[in-house]
Amino acid sequence: MEVGKTKVISVLVENKPGVLHAIANLFRRRNFNIESITVGPTQQQDISRMTITINGDEKTIDQVVKQVAKLIDVFKVDELSLGNFVMRELALIKVYVPNSKERSDIINCVEVFRGRIIDVSTDCVTVEITGTPDKIDAFLNLMKTYGVIELARTGITALARGAKSIKIDE
Amino acid sequence: MAKMSGAQALLESLERENVDVIFGILGGAILPVYDALCGNKKIRHILARHEQCAAHEAEGYARASGRAGVCMATSGPGATNLVTGIANAYMDSSPIIALTGQIPSSGVNSSYMIGRDAFQEADIIGITTAITKYNYQPRTVAEVPVAVKSAFYLATTGRPGPVLIDLPKNVQAGIAEVEFTDKIDVGGYKLPPDPDLSKISEAADLIAKAERAIILAGGGAIIAGVSDELAQMSDLLMAPVATTFMGKGVFPENHPLSLGSIGMHGNPAANKLMGEADVLLAVGTRFSDRATANLDSFASHAKKIQLDIDAAEINKNIEVDVPIVADAKISMKMLYSAVSKKLQKGEGKAWTKHTKEVKEQLSPLLKDLPRDLLPKALLSELRKLLPESAIVTTEVGQNQMWSALYFQALKPRTFISSGGLGTMGFGFPAAIGAKVACPDRSVVDIAGDGSFIMSEQELACSVTENIPVVVIVLNNSVLGMVAQWQRMLYKRRYMAINLGKTPDFVKLAEAYGAQGKRVTSLEEFHKAVETALTSKITTVIDVPIGSENDVVPFVPPGCGLPQQKGDY
Repeated sequence: MEVGKTKVISVLVENKPGVLHAIANLFRRRNFNIESITVGPTQQQDISRMTITINGDEKTIDQVVKQVAKLIDVFKVDELSLGNFVMRELALIKVYVPNSKERSDIINCVEVFRGRIIDVSTDCVTVEITGTPDKIDAFLNLMKTYGVIELARTGITALARGAKSIKIDE
Repeated sequence: MAKMSGAQALLESLERENVDVIFGILGGAILPVYDALCGNKKIRHILARHEQCAAHEAEGYARASGRAGVCMATSGPGATNLVTGIANAYMDSSPIIALTGQIPSSGVNSSYMIGRDAFQEADIIGITTAITKYNYQPRTVAEVPVAVKSAFYLATTGRPGPVLIDLPKNVQAGIAEVEFTDKIDVGGYKLPPDPDLSKISEAADLIAKAERAIILAGGGAIIAGVSDELAQMSDLLMAPVATTFMGKGVFPENHPLSLGSIGMHGNPAANKLMGEADVLLAVGTRFSDRATANLDSFASHAKKIQLDIDAAEINKNIEVDVPIVADAKISMKMLYSAVSKKLQKGEGKAWTKHTKEVKEQLSPLLKDLPRDLLPKALLSELRKLLPESAIVTTEVGQNQMWSALYFQALKPRTFISSGGLGTMGFGFPAAIGAKVACPDRSVVDIAGDGSFIMSEQELACSVTENIPVVVIVLNNSVLGMVAQWQRMLYKRRYMAINLGKTPDFVKLAEAYGAQGKRVTSLEEFHKAVETALTSKITTVIDVPIGSENDVVPFVPPGCGLPQQKGDY
């Protein structure tokens, strides 16, 4: 899948020490660039899913997929194809709020973007927002006019649409 | 199930893999394994004098025999000294098993535990992740048999490569109930399926229609053991066979259709014809930069068929028209049967005749041989002195490229050199390993003085362990290959290439209890090699050659294969 020139690959790996190191190390050694990487367990306890977004042309992505697939602890790697998957990213954004007028403006924005305010203090609010990276970028741009104090983004996590799944025993 | 220590479980597991020799050096963190080795009748331990050489010895053993070689070292510096040897095996896809001691993962003395920067602690798992096919640190005694079995399976199947097992001292010394089964734990590792039939038929069509077919065999062709299949295919097509440097020996280089190896210092006929071919059948090659030279002009008129067991090698360096990802042996058999249905063996086309003409015109060995002590004369003389089955290793640099050009390898696994990593000091320990694997065959290291002194201390190993090999030092008193580059590409601005007339290699050999002989004519060389081959002790033959000999022809960096320069 392409977000701009960014591609998303989904990797099922053995859930054991050293696997993240092996993957990260491979990207560095082969001169590939990781934009974001998310890791978490799957429905099977011993298997984790890594969702990696990378920047590169078709040839590079082809090499990434093949080289990652070669790692012993990797069960399966798939490039998620355009339009055929759902993806989400979560961002926590701490925004400066100098007065109550701006506070209500921000609350309006948060509602439009279907975010949530999860912390409020005298001169700032913390917003949780989930969506595609584009949506988060758009919201972030709006917030920049107020002043972003801190930002944490998780990177993309994604799944193919429909009943299709990346199966291990094929 | 039996109660035993991790060290005993390790040795029992190695015996079950038919390991008969370990090249290693001991140290504190691997002592429990050496204690278990004491009195072991099945496994011979060969004491290397530097861990890097232990790894090269294991690789020489592996490449001569086709079986996994085993090396062992202690934690920390022992393990890090293995690194160059492991990287070498990784680049050349050689199956070696590296066993390293590690400080304990748990125990009574908590400051002497992994992660606390204890004495001789090094994160060898982290360090070798990028240069092993797999590495693993068992945390319990019970894991040891599965770890070893899996390591051998991974190292020797698919595209072979080094596997490291890091053994914490408490795992070596701990006692537990241990079970030996055929179980392996290799995660998502799968061997490629049989070749795709549609690709085989596409390839067969291309080959059958070719006017100017050429076969290129790489190191993978040796690993897959496809010498017979290559000969069969070449015979059917009357097509020339070139190899990469790593493929040297897979097709007899004295065969009328052999072109020798391609590359930066390749055989001129091979380099020229590669640029003229209309179909290229590439078998087990990763299209390294030293083999292809400039990518755009590599076999630029040819439709390309690539057989490789590693899917990641397809379109990595060279875009190919028909990729076949499978074991080359199966692929070649299927391809031959498909092509032979479309094609009758003929007298050969104009291409076959052209091939012979180009060879006659360009092959360096078909030109007049000098009688001086020049590498060309020495190496063609050496070929005459050695039986076909003799194993030759080389060091790295000019000695290696002269060997590529002037020493004809006639059988697979008889020419062993550091192709990918280009490790100076590889040849001598590799020769020792090869001799251990094949004690009845002659083993010769073609060396340069610069390379040989990087592992000269293994003379002690070869003498004390009675592993007689022959070292031929082409002694030009300089680091010749870089000197040549400075001469050709840096306007003769020589920097840091002078080695002086030291050491005296005859005295050096004698100091170690080996034999040394200096020769000053081809006749003396002939005699010295003959004597050395029958000797029960390692011989170093010092051959002083001029310090300004170039390896020519030469494809300058950035140029294509046919743009070779230099009179030869």
